[in-house]
Amino acid sequence: MKSLSEIETTAKRASKAAGYSWGVSEEIGKSIRLLELFSLPGIKYLNDYFNERKNNKFENLKLISEKNISAHYPFCPIILGVSFLDQVNKLEDIKNIEFKNVAYPLLLIPFLSRSSEIIGKKINVRLNENQIRLNLNVNISSDLINDEFPKNAANFVVNFFENKDNFTEEEWESLYKISEDTFVEESDSLKQAGAGAGLTDND
Amino acid sequence: MKVELRDPNEIMKLSRLGSFHQSKLSFLRSFLNEFKEWEYKQDLFDLDEKGFGEAVYSFKKDKRVYSLVCFANKIKDEERSDRVIATKWDAAFTLHDGIPIKKDIERLKNEVPKQEVGRLSYKELTLSRANKSVRIYNHVIDSLSKGEQPDLNLLSKVGYLYRTTAVYGSGKFGLADRFRIKNREEINGPFRLEMMLVYLVRQFTFDQVNHVAYHKNPKKSVKLDQNICKNLGIGNSTGLGMAPFIVNHPTLLNNWILSRETALKKIREIKKVEKKDSELFIKCVKKSLTNITSWNTESDYQQQKISSLLNNIKKFLIYINKSFDFQIEYPFNKIYVWLEKNTCEECIEYIVSIMMEPYNEIIEPLVKKMSSDEEKYFNIPTNRKVEELRNIIEKKYPNILDINFQKKENNQNFWFISKNKEEPRLADRFEEHGSELEQPLAIARDIKKLHDKLLVSKNSLTIAEFLSANSDLRHVVRRAFIVEKFPYSEIQDNTIGKNLMPIDMLRLKLSFFGALKFDPRSDKWLRICMFQGAPLPHELKNYDEQWVYKNSF
Repeated sequence: MKSLSEIETTAKRASKAAGYSWGVSEEIGKSIRLLELFSLPGIKYLNDYFNERKNNKFENLKLISEKNISAHYPFCPIILGVSFLDQVNKLEDIKNIEFKNVAYPLLLIPFLSRSSEIIGKKINVRLNENQIRLNLNVNISSDLINDEFPKNAANFVVNFFENKDNFTEEEWESLYKISEDTFVEESDSLKQAGAGAGLTDND
Repeated sequence: MKVELRDPNEIMKLSRLGSFHQSKLSFLRSFLNEFKEWEYKQDLFDLDEKGFGEAVYSFKKDKRVYSLVCFANKIKDEERSDRVIATKWDAAFTLHDGIPIKKDIERLKNEVPKQEVGRLSYKELTLSRANKSVRIYNHVIDSLSKGEQPDLNLLSKVGYLYRTTAVYGSGKFGLADRFRIKNREEINGPFRLEMMLVYLVRQFTFDQVNHVAYHKNPKKSVKLDQNICKNLGIGNSTGLGMAPFIVNHPTLLNNWILSRETALKKIREIKKVEKKDSELFIKCVKKSLTNITSWNTESDYQQQKISSLLNNIKKFLIYINKSFDFQIEYPFNKIYVWLEKNTCEECIEYIVSIMMEPYNEIIEPLVKKMSSDEEKYFNIPTNRKVEELRNIIEKKYPNILDINFQKKENNQNFWFISKNKEEPRLADRFEEHGSELEQPLAIARDIKKLHDKLLVSKNSLTIAEFLSANSDLRHVVRRAFIVEKFPYSEIQDNTIGKNLMPIDMLRLKLSFFGALKFDPRSDKWLRICMFQGAPLPHELKNYDEQWVYKNSF
């Protein structure tokens, strides 16, 4: 079994050899490490992408907007990922960000996962017909886990979740009521001896 | 009185970093301190009469066990090489997490002796190999088998029976990644498991010579005297493989240096020094002279440094004995100021190390701060502005911005990874091929390049906008934001200049390991000794903390 340290170093070096700058290669190393840590096929897809790059062209998207449609070639997932990571503080104001025609979309996922941690918001991705949830870089969940990831995403939509509860107020109240069964009713004497007792709060 | 931390622009120069010495903060000393209460055991010792076979040693506490698995192999004299291109060694070792079962040992027997081309598993934590110092090893066995102790004069010239030529950890060759074990309290300090491996290897070397001497002459042989064992360490041959580490781990480097600098600052701020503490300090300085006078090297460069160190220490002792009064306020501050004015860098750092000896209450909390969660500082704050980044660079890299990289001598070398051994190397870019594959270790040059670019960029641009047009500078943008928070994270010197002494980079790291007797064999590799004078495993529960200054060779 390869260690994550080996995976990161090799992915970084391979990325430099594939033509990316050292700084971007460092980002790729971290991203592939993350995919493999979450049992997603980072090494396989990076390999496939680098092999395809030898014969095909890809578009570098450097400035992300609400709708991003590639002009001629599929978007490079790495340059797109780095741009997303760098611009995420601005992008979070946009509710939905659409990308049309992204190559090897799995390689974009770890950049979004890290972005989720930076802004402290969960991110949902719709990749063609599937969903991927990025939870503050703590984990990645998806209905694609047991399937092959597509080599191209005709539609890739990113959606930031506002930080709000995942449950209703009624559900919370119901659970809270159950938790109250661990509390003990205080006697009057204990109430009088509690913190602040005997003082005015206006002193 | 408030003493400022020393200026990174002075301390992080290579000549100063290359003058560092071991101290109470050093990893081998903090390892001994952490594991002194652990139960030590020799679990297996299955060597043939020539000393070839397997052995297992362990440290155990509660349910946690770390086991050193040793494989001693027969090799031909012509196969013995300390160079990284070697493929066979006298002995190979791994530190296994837990108690290895028979199946583990069989698996490790196939992999560990192969070192870099073998595969380890997440159950192994560190990996190493070592070669005999043949001259010493044979002499010790001959002597012991005749019922005599070896010639101390000869032993003192070398100081060890074996020297390691590499010690690997943290995920190399399939070893466990650091994150798997980072929450274990006992290894909350850098390189602690590497230190454990080396320490246990030292014991293996003693057990092996006793065993071989016994089988050579069962009737007459004696065991190696415990006091001699104690004064032998483990050697190490170290090359450039170590140098990039300190560039590639900036927050870790900061935490090492910052701990040292904080210790010095706190000691200089002690108003009243107790008599027992001043006496211990002076005693250590005096006792340590043996470490200098027994420091053997054929390197002119190091001989000059040793000679200057010895003269300066003598001068310092005259100053202390004749005119210094520890009853004054802030005596260590006065000593430090005197050192800066009157002695060489090697001596200043030597005495700074010894100043720490009396102060466990200052040092022990700092030891716990010497690791780093590097991932936390990896992201670039891309919403900040170009103006801020330029200000950081001008404030944090003032001397580096003065270097003219158009001059050939300032841009002479390049770092690369060798194809045959995947090890870092340094070469002259004007004489050797391959500079287009240069590793990102020319930080000073690239910071300067970044600064030049920032000078012609709009102040109001965000870093995200700047990076979209300057991807080639991304690695140094990241570093500049790190150095903003971590003042000692960067070597404030040129790592590709003609006058670079790469061994300064090795020396820095080795001093934090706790190495003694740096012996440069060229400007690119050196030999050192570790654990010389250290307590033996059975002495750990109650040992003299200043053992390092009491080597009797």
